[in-house]
Amino acid sequence: MAVQLPLYLDNHATTRCDPRVVAAMLPYFSENYGNAASKTHVFGRIAEEAVDKARRQLASLIGATTDKEIVFTSGATESDNLAIKGVAHMYRDKGDHLITLATEHKAVLDSHHALEREGFRTTFLGVKPDGLVDLDELKAAMTDQTILVSVMAVNNEIGVVQPLAEIGKICKERGVLFFCDAAQAVGKIPLNVEELGIDILAFTAHKMYGPKGIGALWVRRKAPRVRLEPLLHGGGHERGLRSGTLAVPMIVAFGEAAALAQSEMPNESKRILALRTRLYQGLQAKLEHIHLNGSWEHRAPGSLNVSFAYVEGESLLMGISDIAVSSGSACTSASLEPSYVLKALGVGDELAHTSIRFGIGRFNTEEDIDYTIGRVVEVVNRLRDMSPLWEMVQEGIDLSTVSWTGH
Amino acid sequence: MSDPIYLDHNATTPVRAEVVEAMLPFLTQHFGNPSSSHIFGQRARHAVDQAREQIAAALGCKPHEILFTSGGTEANNLAIRGVTAALPYRKHVVTTAVEHPATAEPCNYLARNGYRVDRLGVDADGQVDLDELDRLVDTQTALVTILHAHNETGVIQPTLDIAKLAHRHSAVVHADVAQAIGKIAVNVEDLRVDLLSIAGHKLGAPKGVGALYVRTGTPLSPLLLGANHERGLRPGTENVASIVALGLACQLAVGELERNSGRIAGLRDNLWQSLQAGIPGMVCNGEASPRLPNTLSVRFPRVTGHAVLAAAPEIAASTGSACHDGSVTAPAVLLAMGVDASEAAGTVRLSLGRTTSLDDVQQAVGALVRSWRRVIEAGSHGGVDVEVTHVDLLAQR
Repeated sequence: MAVQLPLYLDNHATTRCDPRVVAAMLPYFSENYGNAASKTHVFGRIAEEAVDKARRQLASLIGATTDKEIVFTSGATESDNLAIKGVAHMYRDKGDHLITLATEHKAVLDSHHALEREGFRTTFLGVKPDGLVDLDELKAAMTDQTILVSVMAVNNEIGVVQPLAEIGKICKERGVLFFCDAAQAVGKIPLNVEELGIDILAFTAHKMYGPKGIGALWVRRKAPRVRLEPLLHGGGHERGLRSGTLAVPMIVAFGEAAALAQSEMPNESKRILALRTRLYQGLQAKLEHIHLNGSWEHRAPGSLNVSFAYVEGESLLMGISDIAVSSGSACTSASLEPSYVLKALGVGDELAHTSIRFGIGRFNTEEDIDYTIGRVVEVVNRLRDMSPLWEMVQEGIDLSTVSWTGH
Repeated sequence: MSDPIYLDHNATTPVRAEVVEAMLPFLTQHFGNPSSSHIFGQRARHAVDQAREQIAAALGCKPHEILFTSGGTEANNLAIRGVTAALPYRKHVVTTAVEHPATAEPCNYLARNGYRVDRLGVDADGQVDLDELDRLVDTQTALVTILHAHNETGVIQPTLDIAKLAHRHSAVVHADVAQAIGKIAVNVEDLRVDLLSIAGHKLGAPKGVGALYVRTGTPLSPLLLGANHERGLRPGTENVASIVALGLACQLAVGELERNSGRIAGLRDNLWQSLQAGIPGMVCNGEASPRLPNTLSVRFPRVTGHAVLAAAPEIAASTGSACHDGSVTAPAVLLAMGVDASEAAGTVRLSLGRTTSLDDVQQAVGALVRSWRRVIEAGSHGGVDVEVTHVDLLAQR
């Protein structure tokens, strides 16, 4: 099969909606278009039943014991805000301290910054060079004032999987709530909230082949019963936790995406992992001075983040413009600053500026990967041939010993 | 049984076929994240920009004054919480006693957190008193927030006069036009408001998308925090397909307004006259006020609206706002209009739409008249618990 260009390899930023998901949602636009809150007629009841089915599909995917624990939101950003601010405001009497990682998504970091302006304190833990949290540091950071630990499941830039079960266990021992932003994980790696000891879980449809604009927050109802202060006030939908007319077609789509992910994950994740391995090995075989960012072992199947030394990342992106990849998070791509995630891993600015994030997904093929390897190798070699730095490296000069003059 | 006749367009509307058609490519083909710099992202960004222009053209504002939200509830929360947060030294908010919960509840939240909140009363026809507003607004007032056209009665408020009055004290003015847009002319300059909320699913776009108009220079803090989407005022990956749908639906609804609203008003008047002829003693709520052309809120005499609808399964309509339906309660808006609780409980809201035909109206009249007679004859008018309900509602207010 020929490669279809432009080739999409940026499945962390968003994913293509699966045609089966679109087929499931279509009847809820113009035929079964009722408001799920309309109790007086059949249009409303059909909508409500469709929402309930989706709730069960989501609960099943994440191993929740009851579908009543799922709250629909507009996406992961809202879910993150609702979880973090909702816990902080509800448990203010118990303590004023929160813990998270320096490598979390902006929505998590900024929710903490907003709480700091209200008088809460946050410890932003660093990570090890492989991108994983140091569990001893986590334990040491906890105080009797700590009310929430927020750690993402899979990092959106480098794809590393945090040790969630261990974090869950530590939180349980200390009686601290554990919130996990699993936007990049749900549907891609097995994730069971009961087994992992998670108390609140955020996820979103558009990272798992569903539409944009619909997300969920799973909130534990038993042992412990987690309470949240709502962000949006109004008609009291979602047990008062999130007001607003339910986006029925989007919710149906999210449910279908979850059901597909659950049935296909065992095979799909193996296939995607093989593609990622093929990509990295292919690049390694043909290029020197490339660096993997983040742990290889603890990594989501479709994620690969690589720095190509002596090649400016933006030039590389432009050189392979028929392949859609990114230099980091889409949400901060307008910024020319090197990635704060790579910085936290201790990657220097030079290498951070040369990093490329590859996100392999459901619709990618072996041909896509081989084409990508060929194009990246070609462009990296061309750019390096034009680089005076690369020339010096080839001549055996250790660049760290060179003293540069300003101009 | 075939589908019931849908007379609940104020609860939600079917998505227009051409709107579904327009959004589909953005799910499976141009599915990029607008923040991505590659071609998939650029196409998505372009589509979002285009929708922003369509909505701006429909409202008479500039494209950058439109923020996309997840719907009307979020738009109202962002307006109310966002303005008050941005004006920390003004601790007073004025609203009305007949707001949708998406405005009433954020106002209640402010009241619980140290704000003075005044709720303007309404007269027997559902309209606010401008003199009362004049007495209440002062230099401490951060925001005046008003439901421009009421979701249950369809009564339209004198929003332009309200805005002029509020601006004398430099208060910010927000109007919820979720029910109004596409049914009556809505233009930010004609209304002189600073913020407007719209909800896609009330005008033929899907549920889960809305917008907030924010006049340039209006103080506003974000409600959600994260990356810098929507000029930092509303983070979160843009709901591209639904935004495309909202843009087109706004353009179509406003473009066809004159033609549709005249036709629908004719059907609505026909419905009212026929019901009145068949049901002696029936009353139209807010009849003397300017109202939305599609909305007919009527009181069936000596029965509850709930009983009438339960006995007429061939009609899909509602007894109160769909957002807080489910129990036999008198709609709060009618109590605020001074209607006796037992009478108010007879209310049914019939809201017409683009797809409503004359045949629908005629069938609905027959079904409702028959149903009302059946309920009266069966004596199952359910008036007994209305007094209790009344007390409950008063306690809530």
